[in-house]
Amino acid sequence: MDSGPDTRVSLCGVSLPSPLILASGILGTEAELLARVARAGAGAVTAKSCSLLPRAGHPNPTVLAWEHGLINAVGLANPGVDAVVQELARAQELLRPLGAALIGSVFADTVEGFAQVAARLVETGPDLIEVNISCPNVHDEFGRPFAADAVAAAEVTAAVKEAVAGRVPVLVKLSPNVADIAAIARAVEAAGADGISAINTLSGMIIDVHARRPVLANRTGGLSGPAIRPVAVRCVYEIYQAVQVPIVGIGGVSSGRDAVEMIMAGATAVGVGSAVYDHGSELFGRIGTEMVEWMAKLGYSRVDEMRGAAHR
Amino acid sequence: MIKTSLPVAARIVDLADESATVRTLVLDRSLEAEPGQFVMVWLPGADEKPFSLVRADPVMLAIARVGPFTTQICALRVGDPLWLRGPLGHGFVLPPRAADYRQGSILLIAGGYGVAPLHFLAERALAQGWHVSAVIGARTAANLVFQRRLAALGAEVHVSTDDGSLGERGLATEAAERLIVARGAHSFETLYACGPEAMLAAVERLAQAHHMPAHLSYERYMRCGFGVCGSCAREGWLVCSDGPVRHISAAQDRTTREVYP
Repeated sequence: MDSGPDTRVSLCGVSLPSPLILASGILGTEAELLARVARAGAGAVTAKSCSLLPRAGHPNPTVLAWEHGLINAVGLANPGVDAVVQELARAQELLRPLGAALIGSVFADTVEGFAQVAARLVETGPDLIEVNISCPNVHDEFGRPFAADAVAAAEVTAAVKEAVAGRVPVLVKLSPNVADIAAIARAVEAAGADGISAINTLSGMIIDVHARRPVLANRTGGLSGPAIRPVAVRCVYEIYQAVQVPIVGIGGVSSGRDAVEMIMAGATAVGVGSAVYDHGSELFGRIGTEMVEWMAKLGYSRVDEMRGAAHR
Repeated sequence: MIKTSLPVAARIVDLADESATVRTLVLDRSLEAEPGQFVMVWLPGADEKPFSLVRADPVMLAIARVGPFTTQICALRVGDPLWLRGPLGHGFVLPPRAADYRQGSILLIAGGYGVAPLHFLAERALAQGWHVSAVIGARTAANLVFQRRLAALGAEVHVSTDDGSLGERGLATEAAERLIVARGAHSFETLYACGPEAMLAAVERLAQAHHMPAHLSYERYMRCGFGVCGSCAREGWLVCSDGPVRHISAAQDRTTREVYP
């Protein structure tokens, strides 16, 4: 019996039917929406980042599409961890029969805050937690994301690890807006991170020349989509050489070829986000099919065999 | 390259007060759009919010003064710029024409300023030869808009107000039901509605009870407007990109078939 290439992967001990993951910040606001993406073919779905208290986020305009991707400064709008805990409990009910994993995403502006949100969020039992230390649209009290500093990134990682007390694996999401992403990756691994998500968005700006001012109300925002894929692939490649823990490769993936590229750079799983803009949530099924076709063409029977292939 | 969704500058060429709170703006731009689609309107330094198209060629918007942003838009004068992103979303679809080219009828049901996208639909439908009946409702006569505009297009207009200050007393959906009953079963090929969510729920029940398809236009707070951020999710359905118009087919469940074989 030839059932074709096997797309299952294990991410930090969590078994996923497909390495394709809905990236945080895209369609992650509601249980039914997360389930819709899982039904379309995602192996795991990431909820929108939540904080301890509700956040209104930045005023509009907050999300735009330019020639080569999206730019956003939503500002981590979320209803607060108490509401998100309820939503994720509903999501878990809908996702279980689909076999897709649920990733909760946490964010705070202090080290203790990260620990508090994570401790609360694990009560719902997400399969993994992603620690968003890298949103370019909000900053710590020193005016920079935690992900920009190896010591701060490690402190957050250690605090979250202690807060969740081994109940779920912890992924730490890194920023590309740093001089040496491998150094940050090593620091969070040493602090106990079970895996690394990379990358978050690149800081950018778009100015309307008629209005003579930046279009985003926050002025700057995070770039995502096709334009950043080579940056993401380079970051995953460098992180893979620096650490042992698994990597979720995220950035501009919109096809099966892109997913294979990310895995060859060293990713265990592949985040898909902004491509939903062009193709809708149904693109997960298409990317999965294309990935299987590429695996067959390239002679791979399991995703694991492709991982890090570009490092040989 | 992907399809861009960036604000495009436009200028106000005409404006008119439709009521004490609703103002229409005509812009110096045209869009290729379907009735029921919307645009994000940006005023630099203020906000960006979704508005239905009243007309697309040239663009006409109806702005109801309900908060600080709409108050700022209503303070604009002829010649002032504003910015548009769109058209966005999926709109109303007219029924397929009958094989015998018999002129069919559709029924529009509007609550308050929800009449805006239905004006665009009425214009399109009348141009294609449809008979258009419209029930437009409001809390009170002072809130009722577009009665004359719809009549001028050639629609058959029925008016209702909650307090009976103009037209029939009661809800627009009650007036619509009386019209459906008076005209007989299958008198209207499709119901089209835009208004408060409670009204849309009532139109959905009405359509199901009378075995008619319904296209309902919803309103939600939006950010991206193109199906990415999830801000406007409604139980797995995205108001911005799956909608804002929800298409419901005519009821065909077993119960109704037994009652109406």
